Amino acid sequence: MSYKIVVLAKQVPDTHNVGADAMNADGTVNRAALPTVFNPEDLKALEMALQVKDRVPGSTVTVVTMGPPRAAEIIRDARSRGADDGIVLSDMRFAGADTLATSYALSQLIRQLGPVDLIFGGRQAIDGDTAQVGPQVAEKLEIPQVTYAEELLDIADGTITIRRRLERGTECVKAQLPVLVTVTSAATDCRFPNIHRMFRQAGEEVRVMNADGIDADMERLGMKGSPTKVKKIENVVLAHKESRVLEPTEAALNELSATLIREHIL
Amino acid sequence: MNNVLVYCELSEKNTIADISLELCTKGRQLASRLGCRLQAAVLGSDVKAAAESLYPYGVDDVFLSDDRRLSPYRTLPHFDVLSKLIQREQPQIVLFGASSVGRDLAPRIASFLRCGLTADCTQLEIGSHEDPKTGKAYENILLQIRPAFGGNIIATIVCPETRPQMATVREGVMKKEIFDAAYRGTIIPVAVEASLDAADRAVEILSREIEERKVDIKGAQIIVAGGYGMGSKENFQLLHQFARLIGGSVGATRAAVDAGFTEPERQIGQTGVTVRPKLYIACGISGAVQHRAGMEQSAKIISINTDPDAPINAIADYTIVGDVMTVIPQFMACYKNNLK
Repeated sequence: MSYKIVVLAKQVPDTHNVGADAMNADGTVNRAALPTVFNPEDLKALEMALQVKDRVPGSTVTVVTMGPPRAAEIIRDARSRGADDGIVLSDMRFAGADTLATSYALSQLIRQLGPVDLIFGGRQAIDGDTAQVGPQVAEKLEIPQVTYAEELLDIADGTITIRRRLERGTECVKAQLPVLVTVTSAATDCRFPNIHRMFRQAGEEVRVMNADGIDADMERLGMKGSPTKVKKIENVVLAHKESRVLEPTEAALNELSATLIREHIL
Repeated sequence: MNNVLVYCELSEKNTIADISLELCTKGRQLASRLGCRLQAAVLGSDVKAAAESLYPYGVDDVFLSDDRRLSPYRTLPHFDVLSKLIQREQPQIVLFGASSVGRDLAPRIASFLRCGLTADCTQLEIGSHEDPKTGKAYENILLQIRPAFGGNIIATIVCPETRPQMATVREGVMKKEIFDAAYRGTIIPVAVEASLDAADRAVEILSREIEERKVDIKGAQIIVAGGYGMGSKENFQLLHQFARLIGGSVGATRAAVDAGFTEPERQIGQTGVTVRPKLYIACGISGAVQHRAGMEQSAKIISINTDPDAPINAIADYTIVGDVMTVIPQFMACYKNNLK
């Protein structure tokens, strides 16, 4: 028995390397100025999928992502790490999608792939941190979900056993397939790309699909299908407190510590 | 109908979790502003006492579902009961904790009801909204306010057309306050339906390991927090020495946690813990808005940073411009001297 596995992935702006040109004058995000990365927790999800494939030979791993055409980069990356295939879902009609419209589009794409046994995805993407798309895809496909997965313990007889994080501690759960699993940063790091596959991938085509190919209700896509609206964006203006700037001299630090002790703060 | 509903989480001791009490306090304000009832949903096993403990927070009605299959929390059994309850009661607002439970359940509910959900709100208010395209005006809707992208902006999110309006809030962001110790609400039992059987079979809990909270910075009066500017895990040790000396706890920014300098439990900010200590010493922290959201209510703030223009300095009472690795040992020496 082998499994058909899908990995949900996202190419995200590298929020750790946000430069001064990251914001446009009108307060919107200048995505073009930001370097992009494979969303870190999605890489961990890919690793867990590949672990299933290691344990159950014959299983296939397909990575799907929604984004601009350049998101094909992460599909190539995933394939050089061991994924079998990948699809970029790209269409201007998806623009402005919130998590509800995104999860609808992704779930419609997954439906086109036929029956799937396992879906893995990162718990959340670093550019939004909402952790909503995973559970929403599971609901749309009407399959169970296991969120906050840290470790794959077993896969056997149509069930998967996973250790997952709780608010205070962990629990081990056994889920019937098909199931969607979201993976946290505590899970195993993804294996490195294989150099030969990497070179081979460089020139390989990546399959791109648009909204016409996923049998979607156009009203449920993009901004139209998104119930959340941005009412207002404010650039953060810092209200200056009456602040004292101190040079790091012994006298200044001595006075500061004495003041804090006198005021019973320290 | 059209009330404010708080989904209540249970602690390991089967009491209402702090995050849910904080949400009830906020929910009470929203319900009073809207002139509607504050309602709570408590799903668990043997939870009548927990349900009754909600009254002093101003809860008018508690929907109580008592079934052993609802404890401990699992997604599908809770989804089965709560989604049907929301469909029947049609609340206008539903609030969830942004905890591992709330973040598991709320998106699934929002997907099912096809309504909006805003994660990690730092403020919730009632206000009006006019759609810039259609010109349509909306009164008394939920303004969901949260820092967004890179921390450079504060976004106000609304869900004008869909109901309920749903939001998650991190623990510690809202204040938990007794509304009226003598307040009395009513319990409305909610029977589970046959569909719970299928929901019960999907995922089985084999074992659970509950850890004591090792790090508790939420209640600390003095916090020494380090950012990416600390430079390394080794340098972070200096913060522990500093904190031990002045009787404080060590906190961190997300960048420092992501860089592996310290444990995620120490993260302060929008996606971490919100703290209100009497003294907050920010070491090598630039001060992204997400971080400031979790600490700006500190009574006194000291910033130690090589960058005189770091955003954190704007909210600091004292800014020491210098290298943390030099300034902290100097300050520790001065403090010891002054104690004598």
